[in-house]
Amino acid sequence: MNSHLENNIKPVIYVENLTKIFGKFTAVNSISFEVNKGEIFGFLGANGAGKTTAMKMLCGLLKPTSGRGFVAGFDISKEPERVKASIGYMSQRFSLYDDLRVWENFRLFGGIYGLKEREISETTERMLHELGFTQERNTMVKSLPAGWKQKLAFSVAIIHNPGIVFLDEPTGGVDPKARRQFWELIYGAAERGITIFVTTHYMDEAEYCSRISIMKDGTIDALDTPANLKLKYGVKSMDEVFYQLASSKG
Amino acid sequence: MKNSDISVEVKGVSKNYSSVKALEDISLSVKKGEMFGLIGPDGAGKSTLFRILTTLILPDSGTAAIEGLDVRQDYKSIRKIIGYMPGRFSLYGDLTVQENLSFFASVFGVKVSDNYSLIENIFKDIAPFGDRRASRLSGGMKQKLALSCALIHKPSVLFLDEPTTGVDPVSRREFWQMLERLKTDGITIVVSTSYMDEALLCDRVALIKEGRVLSSDSPRGVIDSYQNTLLAIWGEDMHSLLKDIRSYGEIKSIYSFGQEHHIAIDKNLYNINYIDSLAKKLEATGHRNFHIKVIAPTIEDCYMEFSANKN
Amino acid sequence: MRQFYIFVRKEFLHIFRDGRSILILLLMPVVQIILFGFALTNEVKNVKVAIMDPSRDAATTMITERLTAGEYFSPYMMVSTEKDSDALLKRGEVSLILSYSERFRERLMHTGSARLGLTADGTDPNMASSIILYASSIIRSAELEISGKIFNSGGVAIPNVRLLYNPQMKSSYNFVPGVMGLILMLICAMMTSISIVREKETGTMEVLLVSPVRPIFLILSKAVPYFVLSMVNLTTILFLSVFLLGVPVTGSLFWLVIVSLVFIFVSLSMGLLISSIASTQVAAMLISGLVLMMPVMLLSGMIYPISNMPDILQVIAQFIPAKWYIEAVRKLMIQGLPLNSVLTELSVLLVMAAIYLTASLRSFKDRLQ
Repeated sequence: MNSHLENNIKPVIYVENLTKIFGKFTAVNSISFEVNKGEIFGFLGANGAGKTTAMKMLCGLLKPTSGRGFVAGFDISKEPERVKASIGYMSQRFSLYDDLRVWENFRLFGGIYGLKEREISETTERMLHELGFTQERNTMVKSLPAGWKQKLAFSVAIIHNPGIVFLDEPTGGVDPKARRQFWELIYGAAERGITIFVTTHYMDEAEYCSRISIMKDGTIDALDTPANLKLKYGVKSMDEVFYQLASSKG
Repeated sequence: MKNSDISVEVKGVSKNYSSVKALEDISLSVKKGEMFGLIGPDGAGKSTLFRILTTLILPDSGTAAIEGLDVRQDYKSIRKIIGYMPGRFSLYGDLTVQENLSFFASVFGVKVSDNYSLIENIFKDIAPFGDRRASRLSGGMKQKLALSCALIHKPSVLFLDEPTTGVDPVSRREFWQMLERLKTDGITIVVSTSYMDEALLCDRVALIKEGRVLSSDSPRGVIDSYQNTLLAIWGEDMHSLLKDIRSYGEIKSIYSFGQEHHIAIDKNLYNINYIDSLAKKLEATGHRNFHIKVIAPTIEDCYMEFSANKN
Repeated sequence: MRQFYIFVRKEFLHIFRDGRSILILLLMPVVQIILFGFALTNEVKNVKVAIMDPSRDAATTMITERLTAGEYFSPYMMVSTEKDSDALLKRGEVSLILSYSERFRERLMHTGSARLGLTADGTDPNMASSIILYASSIIRSAELEISGKIFNSGGVAIPNVRLLYNPQMKSSYNFVPGVMGLILMLICAMMTSISIVREKETGTMEVLLVSPVRPIFLILSKAVPYFVLSMVNLTTILFLSVFLLGVPVTGSLFWLVIVSLVFIFVSLSMGLLISSIASTQVAAMLISGLVLMMPVMLLSGMIYPISNMPDILQVIAQFIPAKWYIEAVRKLMIQGLPLNSVLTELSVLLVMAAIYLTASLRSFKDRLQ
């Protein structure tokens, strides 16, 4: 009973002094943080601050130079394969295969994560229904509008019902309405208990996160709820928080 | 507006790629020395329009002219007077900063020293790294180098295709400050962006969606043409506020904007009592600690409203 | 002109900055020459021979003795059926089978229809051809001795030479011209097309097009460095083949260089043509590989003689520049024939150069698409 309780409050992501050094360059410098179940965690920072490197380590794609990290209960240095199997990932650049039909993408990614044929078809039906895309089942992905692709890509990223999903600039260049609809999807997933780890350059989206970290030169300079951050820096918007942090001499 | 005041003139331009309509009957004009923004998401047709204006591709129909020169017939003359920075990184990564700059200078038959004063402000930050290969520069520095290369021949019109895409807010702000300074040198700047908030930094903008112009005016004018009354609401449990308000019939739309939601209602439906009645309704459903007030729309509100009307 | 110089300088910078590629480009001919060269210098020494001799008469005994007398061949086993001998060859126990027809001496003297067979393992064609060559000449001299001195008749058994497993044998002197054709084509066509397409991929082409630069400058400046590289490689190949392999330039060096220059022009223009079709480096590489390299390897006569090909392939081969170039080099360099014997090849190459150059300059558009 006790251990069950402990499991529940255990953070989904736990990182302690995580460091990555490339040659002489320290890309990520001893960062520590936790992300709890069902949180929407905004991972912000200027270009080249080390966000991508940190995210790659969390996804089990890069081995940390030092420090520890656990994602979905697995050690990112020792069990990267198990980490990969229990997370979802979606990036702005690559998400779906353009030359496959909608359902073919679902089947492909379902298969990659080892879902059974029946599970895949059931999940696909449910997801398409939720998105209102049942008509588009046989449509080639490339002929869909950009906003639809984003939503489909998100659904595909959580087809195996992962405990956590990593979103790398998911809304870059997306039209304003589609961007908001996308965030509603994110909210829905978070309410179902999926933890969201998201990077973005839109500061209004930073406001939608439960908590935010801002990276600069390889370290996390700020980590708190948007409201507390604004309070701390005495400003009205996240834009200002970001600007003050990034332009201050670290 | 006299003809001689116009720098870029687009009349009824359409362009199809096989069966896809990229641009549909686009018309707009940019005045000399103006900073003109093409605002729209990816796939709206911004890059296609840029390629037509920079004489890289031909329109299927319609006409376009740069400084009075036709993009079809006078493309060779146009190429002498424009500067162009395409969306992606378009420098030679294996050449050094200095080599890139002098190469692009010689492409236009000028020396770096000829117009150095124009780029000095931008280039001085990267000048200390003159011997570094361009591929090893940080994102912001690459951008400065690309801008320097596009300006080195002192073009009359500068075309910047999504220069701030994927760039963090601080670097974006810095980039716009550089553009602001360039404007004082009298260069006409046409810039595209998918960040709606950047529209405010332009003298005039065209909002583009799916190959059509939704609205073309000054940012002020765009905002003034907004037809609804806009309310902002903020408080506890924003997500259920959004869901509940969306179910109310009189609401035209509600979208989240950072820490608030923006509620659009028909001007005629709005009166001073409306906020009170909305608040009561929400309180009846159990909402507490929220605030509602009338606000001025942002460009993003306008964009969403105009694109909804278009459909 | 200053502009052109700056463009060329930039192209050289690109090449020199990419250390790995330049190393590959410069070492490739050396490696190829050495590889082919080793295949060529197989010594014929102590080659094991299986002998099938149903007649066992004075003539066959003498021929067998002569063949195995020197250090070249040693008798391995006497066999009685073709099946046995083929099995030995297949297992690699012997490298040559010498088989006589029945009543060899009798037939040689009276009907002149005596048969003598040499069978070698063709999986290593260079080795096989050397073995056959050595064996044939020994047998021929032995036969001449028999027919002239002892039997005093004109009958000579023509060795019936058969190559197993690779009947279309590669001529050994072929490879130097072949390597020249291959390397020049590779560097000129493939590298030029890739370097132009790279600019399309990185977006720099867009910026260059939107500038007053004349496209011809751009194109020619791409061709210059690869032209220079080709000349370096040509020198390397000739140097190595003369001093390392002992394959001399028996004909006119001057005309050899001139023919090579023409071929380089053809290859460069093909590269430019490819670059205007392909929009990614991968596509450029695939097109070069499929349209240029494969036909050069397979249809130019470098590996398989054209005369052995089906008619349709023979016709296609006529359109492959490397075929004409390799033929011309073979005549000029190896056979030492004068210029007038390669006039056909030279004029075909000139016509091709003109056609491809015009086509590639025309196909280069000064807009996208």
